[in-house]
Amino acid sequence: MVGIVAFGAYVPRLRLNRQAAYDANKWFAPGLRGLAKGERSMANWDEDSITMAVEASRDCLTSHKAEDVRNIYFASTTHPFKDRQNAGVIGTALNVEQNLSTMDVGGSLKAGTSALIAGLNASRDGAPSLVAAADKRMARVASANELNYGDAAAALLCGTENVIAKLVGHHSVAMDFVDHFRGDEAEFDYGWEERWIRDEGYSKIVPPAIKAALAACKLKGSDITHFIMPSLMPAVPKLMAKMAGIGEGAVRDLLGASLGDTGAAHALVMLVDSLETAKVGDKIMVVAFGQGVDTLVFEVTAEKDKLAKRKGLSGWMARRKEEKNYMKFLAFNDMLPIDKGMRAEFDKKTALSVLWRKRDMIYGLVGGKCKVCGTVQFPRSQVCVNPNCHAIDSQDPYAMAGLECSVMSFTADSLVYSPDPPGYYGMITFPEGGRFMADFTDSDKDQVRVGAKMRMTFRIRDNDQMRGGFKRYFWKAAPV
Amino acid sequence: MARGIKDKVAILGMGCSKFGERWDSGAEELMLEAYKECLADAGIDQNQLQAAWFSTAIDEVHVGKSGIPLSTTLRLPNIPVTHVENMCASGTEAFRGACYAVASGAADFALALGVEKLKDTGYGGLPGGRGGPLQSLWNASGTAPGNFAQLATAYMTAHGVSGEDLKKAIGHVSWKSHQNGAKNPKAHLQKAVEMDTILNAPMIASPLGLFDCCGVSDGAAAAIVTTPEIAKALGKHDIVSVKALQLSVSNGSESGHNSWDGSYFHTTRIASKKAYEEAGIKSPRDEVSMFEVHDCFSVTELVTMEDLHISETGKGWKDVLDGFYDADGKIPCQIDGGLKCFGHPIGASGLRMLYEMYLQIQGKAGPRQLKNPRIGMTHNLGGAPRENISSVAIVGRYE
Repeated sequence: MVGIVAFGAYVPRLRLNRQAAYDANKWFAPGLRGLAKGERSMANWDEDSITMAVEASRDCLTSHKAEDVRNIYFASTTHPFKDRQNAGVIGTALNVEQNLSTMDVGGSLKAGTSALIAGLNASRDGAPSLVAAADKRMARVASANELNYGDAAAALLCGTENVIAKLVGHHSVAMDFVDHFRGDEAEFDYGWEERWIRDEGYSKIVPPAIKAALAACKLKGSDITHFIMPSLMPAVPKLMAKMAGIGEGAVRDLLGASLGDTGAAHALVMLVDSLETAKVGDKIMVVAFGQGVDTLVFEVTAEKDKLAKRKGLSGWMARRKEEKNYMKFLAFNDMLPIDKGMRAEFDKKTALSVLWRKRDMIYGLVGGKCKVCGTVQFPRSQVCVNPNCHAIDSQDPYAMAGLECSVMSFTADSLVYSPDPPGYYGMITFPEGGRFMADFTDSDKDQVRVGAKMRMTFRIRDNDQMRGGFKRYFWKAAPV
Repeated sequence: MARGIKDKVAILGMGCSKFGERWDSGAEELMLEAYKECLADAGIDQNQLQAAWFSTAIDEVHVGKSGIPLSTTLRLPNIPVTHVENMCASGTEAFRGACYAVASGAADFALALGVEKLKDTGYGGLPGGRGGPLQSLWNASGTAPGNFAQLATAYMTAHGVSGEDLKKAIGHVSWKSHQNGAKNPKAHLQKAVEMDTILNAPMIASPLGLFDCCGVSDGAAAAIVTTPEIAKALGKHDIVSVKALQLSVSNGSESGHNSWDGSYFHTTRIASKKAYEEAGIKSPRDEVSMFEVHDCFSVTELVTMEDLHISETGKGWKDVLDGFYDADGKIPCQIDGGLKCFGHPIGASGLRMLYEMYLQIQGKAGPRQLKNPRIGMTHNLGGAPRENISSVAIVGRYE
């Protein structure tokens, strides 16, 4: 039996208040008033689809070992790299390299479900597959998309042991119905009229696809207890359910009021949302539309209640800070030619040879543990840092990303260049041993203090825009 | 402990340029300004110099690498010139090289010259950067004030000092240096400042405000050293000799091992202890007449006075508030204004501190002259509290 064995999610801390965004733009686009309610998630300046996917994957693997994963699929329409395996970065951040196959899946809003189908099929022979999906889509200033979109990630571990939601069946159709597109040279989506999309697209393509999936699963529409279907038009999922004979009560909330539509990740984000509360026997249908339709049907098993607790979507949603500064949203998304000052001009060129040699340290936050004295240290070095030891070549790799740490000293620096000043950084210490001066992120004045507990998080450190946007990733400390 | 070099080397002459935002000068002009004074003071001919040490710390922004910039600027007689860099301890490093050359007998006359031209970068503060290809991948995005601000937070935590008390104490450190700097015509900042202005200044890196940070200055300083015997033979009186030169460099334990609490300078404790031993000083609080220490930030000076074993650990802030280090206190500290007001052209700073000691011991310090000082101690700290070079020099009257 193949299916989902664990789930995880990630939502950035900041939530852009839609009224604030509307207020800034209503002089130009008064027609957006109807969308000026609730909030959307907003990535911090140091987050992208890779960092969010890493966080969701860590959440998912709370109950499982990363080294058991044999395949990583990473779905997004905003992969930070066009030619460099984005899923491979996730693997390195999770400290897995050997016996691992990675694949980026993109090109459509159904990339998340397509990756999930691939992951489930790849797991049938017992090789666990991690399916991560994340999107951080850009939208034009004063557009409906700007208000509707959100940034988030989901991750699902597929396998055959202790399955919490078994795959009942899946079905796909592929049709080049272009409701919107983003060309190779564009930053933003370009879409066609909504009424045409609804009447000629959704209404004619989706119901037959759902019916075919139900037939393949030997189920009736009324058997479905959770109907998941992302759409920027809130009425559409209800309409599709009705046309396919699925009860209105099964239609899941689109999370639009508090999160926004998270693109290629959204079907999986909604699936995690459903799994968190689903009961044994529940049948979950996931439908994703994007130049065709993917449909998957799952049945929740008794194993679900045994799954170790994790943050999940609800946990990350609860970690929330409202952002009413629309200018900050623009600046974080590089939509505002803000005066960064000369201190932002330092060359951020990455020596790829160094990155390769030190990839476990930089991407995996792997330190060392001395075999002679037991001291944990970061970075791992040839001579032990313990002043009473100094043993040579004595250290075993020691993964530190999952360890909680605390603030020994810190500052809020107004001189250093930070896209979100003041720059918070400080000495963090790990109770197992080891310390280093780290940048802090997602930090507010009232949260950072000596002794505060921090959690390491994988983030963008620099963006080398001189070389086409090479993102440099490293780990930062964030308040627990 | 090795025998040391106590009284084996004498300072024959010294010079120091005006420090400040020297828009009129490049590094070359500054070097010559200090050198001309130094050579005239020494009273020898340039051709008598047999070796030179040249210090700059951020040479990328002015003269470039090697000994060539010094040799070319001064048109030295093709003698060995060694370029040294040890962050903010670079000036003292150049002095150490020259002294060791004389002490060993390799040279009768050696020159140490340090310079830094910082004000051609286009912005305030020190030029930034994140080190080499590996460091730039993981080092925290720090500035100097941000790193030293953490000394303040850790010090408060370690000794239970309230934010208010510490702010007052470090404010007094800066107030005192401004009082002193106002009497120094070569200082970058020559204005006394009210306590209220200091305490209410804009925050740079909390809890350090604008007045807790030293000036970023252009400047140069130089020394010519020889043996006391040669100095006497040249007819010199009031000879100032070197009593001790010590250096201690972090080995990563503070930054990487949980045994350090962030509230003190491990290296300064070691270097100063060795220096007292080399100089034969048993009770520094009673024997040292004056200090020039590395007050890159006010809190650095406060903590340094503990690590030099003058104030009791955790009580330095009380000595500061009692006026112990003021110009009229028991042991004046930064009588020339310190880095805070004289300025901090990095590669020159160690030599500038020695210049003040040299003037004071010879009674040539003008309106800021102390009464009969005998032993002067200088201290530099290069790097950050968690990883640094601490250099200590003790000079005094040759008797």
